[in-house]
Amino acid sequence: MNWFLQVFSIILFNLRSLPERKGSALSAAVGIAGVVAVLVGVLSIAEGFRKVMSSAGEPDAAIVLRAGADNEMNSGLTREDLRIVRDAPGVARAPHGETALASGELLVIVDRPKRTTGTDANVPLRGVEPAAFDVRRNLKIVEGRRLEPGRNEVIVGSGATTAFAGLDVGQSFKVGQNTWEIVGIFTADGGVAESEIWGDAAVIQAAYKRENNFQSVHVRLNSSESFQEFKDALTSNPQLKVKVSRLSDFYAEQSEMLSSFITGMGVFIAGLMALGALFGALNTMYGSISARTREIATLRALGFGASPVIFSVLGESLVLALVGGAIGAAIAYFAFNGMQTSTMNWQTFSQVTFAFAVTPALLLQAIIWASIIGLLGGIFPAIRAARLPIASALRET
Amino acid sequence: MKFLPLIWRNLMRKKLRTILTLLSVFVAFLLFGILCIIKEAFTAGVSMAGANRLMVRHKVSLIQLLPYSYVDRIRNVPGVSAVTHATWFGGVYKDPKNMVGTFPVDPDSYFDMFPELVISPEVMTAWKEKRNGAVVGKATMDRFAASDGWKVGSVIPFTTPIWGSPKGANQWEFEIVGTYDLKEKKGDNTGFFFRYDYFDEGREQLKGQVGWLSVRVQNPDDAPAIAAKIDEEFANSATETKAETEAAAMQGFVAQIGDIGAILTGVLSAVFFTILLVTGNTMSLAVRERTQEIGTLKALGFTHMKVLFMVLAESCFIAMLGGLLGLGTAWLITQGGSPVPQMLPIFILPDRDIIIGVCAILVLGVVAGAFPAIQAMRLRISDALRREG
Repeated sequence: MNWFLQVFSIILFNLRSLPERKGSALSAAVGIAGVVAVLVGVLSIAEGFRKVMSSAGEPDAAIVLRAGADNEMNSGLTREDLRIVRDAPGVARAPHGETALASGELLVIVDRPKRTTGTDANVPLRGVEPAAFDVRRNLKIVEGRRLEPGRNEVIVGSGATTAFAGLDVGQSFKVGQNTWEIVGIFTADGGVAESEIWGDAAVIQAAYKRENNFQSVHVRLNSSESFQEFKDALTSNPQLKVKVSRLSDFYAEQSEMLSSFITGMGVFIAGLMALGALFGALNTMYGSISARTREIATLRALGFGASPVIFSVLGESLVLALVGGAIGAAIAYFAFNGMQTSTMNWQTFSQVTFAFAVTPALLLQAIIWASIIGLLGGIFPAIRAARLPIASALRET
Repeated sequence: MKFLPLIWRNLMRKKLRTILTLLSVFVAFLLFGILCIIKEAFTAGVSMAGANRLMVRHKVSLIQLLPYSYVDRIRNVPGVSAVTHATWFGGVYKDPKNMVGTFPVDPDSYFDMFPELVISPEVMTAWKEKRNGAVVGKATMDRFAASDGWKVGSVIPFTTPIWGSPKGANQWEFEIVGTYDLKEKKGDNTGFFFRYDYFDEGREQLKGQVGWLSVRVQNPDDAPAIAAKIDEEFANSATETKAETEAAAMQGFVAQIGDIGAILTGVLSAVFFTILLVTGNTMSLAVRERTQEIGTLKALGFTHMKVLFMVLAESCFIAMLGGLLGLGTAWLITQGGSPVPQMLPIFILPDRDIIIGVCAILVLGVVAGAFPAIQAMRLRISDALRREG
């Protein structure tokens, strides 16, 4: 009890004298705040990208591509393939009638200017069949209406409409010989579809001279458990050469390269910065010890033990680090969270729009980093303080 | 200069603090250097672009192909002196992680179009004799020579998710006939070029189509006008084109990746502000501790200006030493080549950024030292001598 009391009273004593050293204390805290803000900021890019890609698929959704294709861009399926997929076991049916919930789709890319820079970007234009709206339950029209099959009408994802110019309801745009009229805006629970423009598959096939040509089939299954049955039926069918994936796995794979690159870069930059901040913190703590050499010696002479001195210095450094970390995390949250941006998905060379996501897990990570810097920055000065020879320290000026 | 020993003694009185400050400046400039390298890697295409070259692609998007016949049609446009083409092949060597920049090209005209790529006449002759021959960039060659024993004469198997396999085979195979390198260190030497005729014969779909065309114009000033003329030539055809200067095309590509520049500038500012504070604070601590000594110096007849100069010199010294070491280390890192050649093929610290870095070092030294230096200068002898430390 006595020991705790000693630690506690010295920490209080230290903290109360902080205002006298506000310059150096502030610089340590700001240093750590900088590290934390940069770390959280960079990682929130990767987090946002991953979030968009992973919220794209529900467990009972599957995608069928040509065998060997690793994305929709380089896949190809015929109308005959599509028919076989529709009839496969495990495919859900519409409540009334026999329509299979499977949509044959094709993906082309159109140039649209980015709102921020005015430069052209590759925006994916997806041709879908009417069943697409039942296959993706999370799709909601938030403005305008759905597209009608057979007409040159498109609907635009909410991400695409904010990122690219001229994609509002009522506007139209020309690509090649075709003019597309925008009749609606949709959301898809933040998924990657929000980066896309959707039109009728048959119309897009005609416009791009790809009659009877699809790139993927998006399928809703009876249940999440039907996947294996569905997959086995298709991959063992000698008439087909296809690859069947759960939609969630498919997108997770697509996002892996970019998000691990950003994460790696973020941790590396923040790691170096943390090293810089650590030196700053060490400097501050050594400075604060040497300024109080006599105080500490006096305490020791009064009978305070060595370990309470160590813990008190550590405590002070930890408090500074946590304050800095909290400030940095707050800056990152207010500056970055929800910021809209778009980047290229290297797998398909097309744009994905997403928002920076500062998640609670990231904030926790930030606090952990700050604490580590604080503890490391305090430990050596603390040991030094405890080791000061009392007699000579008392004599110091 | 005669005060140098004095400045040195001051730095050495608290060795630990000097070293820690030095290290934090070192880290800051190492980081600065690395961020510049990354930024250059993303934007280098723009600075490499030839002023007299145009890039012509399908109007709808880069992914769509152009008919091969466009090569001749564009060659006939007045003001055009040369045309060549390339196609994105998307070659994967063994593992999807080994994505190599693979392109089918026409050997002669391609290397004529890009004089920054250097290839020896012997290699060119060998290439023309070997239908499935390939020329490999030095960086890629070195990379796989170390891990997989690539050498001239090796037959390299590639798969491609875009083009499937060639007629009657499971994978594409190319025989290495030699390497190419860069005239200056700036640029991309991670490519893998093979012959278009071999490619066109082997592929089963989209025969006779190419990815994009590179066009050289006689006079760079006419480039925009010629670009417009090319687009006009193919307007209202089934395959319309988009011609633009190479710089504009690269800029567009960089913009697609995202606002890398803005993010990096943000990070850099945060780093700088932080380091400035830390260094500035250390300097003022050092001065405050020495109040009495500064008083003594002044009593001995040192002028205000001399005291100001000495404190500034001290902080500039730390900034210079730490900063130059940091920049130097960043430069050394680039000498080892890119650790992630498939993401960042271009991996250099441009001279421009080195100069900016050195200026920043000077600014850091002066700004960090200014506050404590002015404090020291204003110190009155009587106050200083009376104070206790």
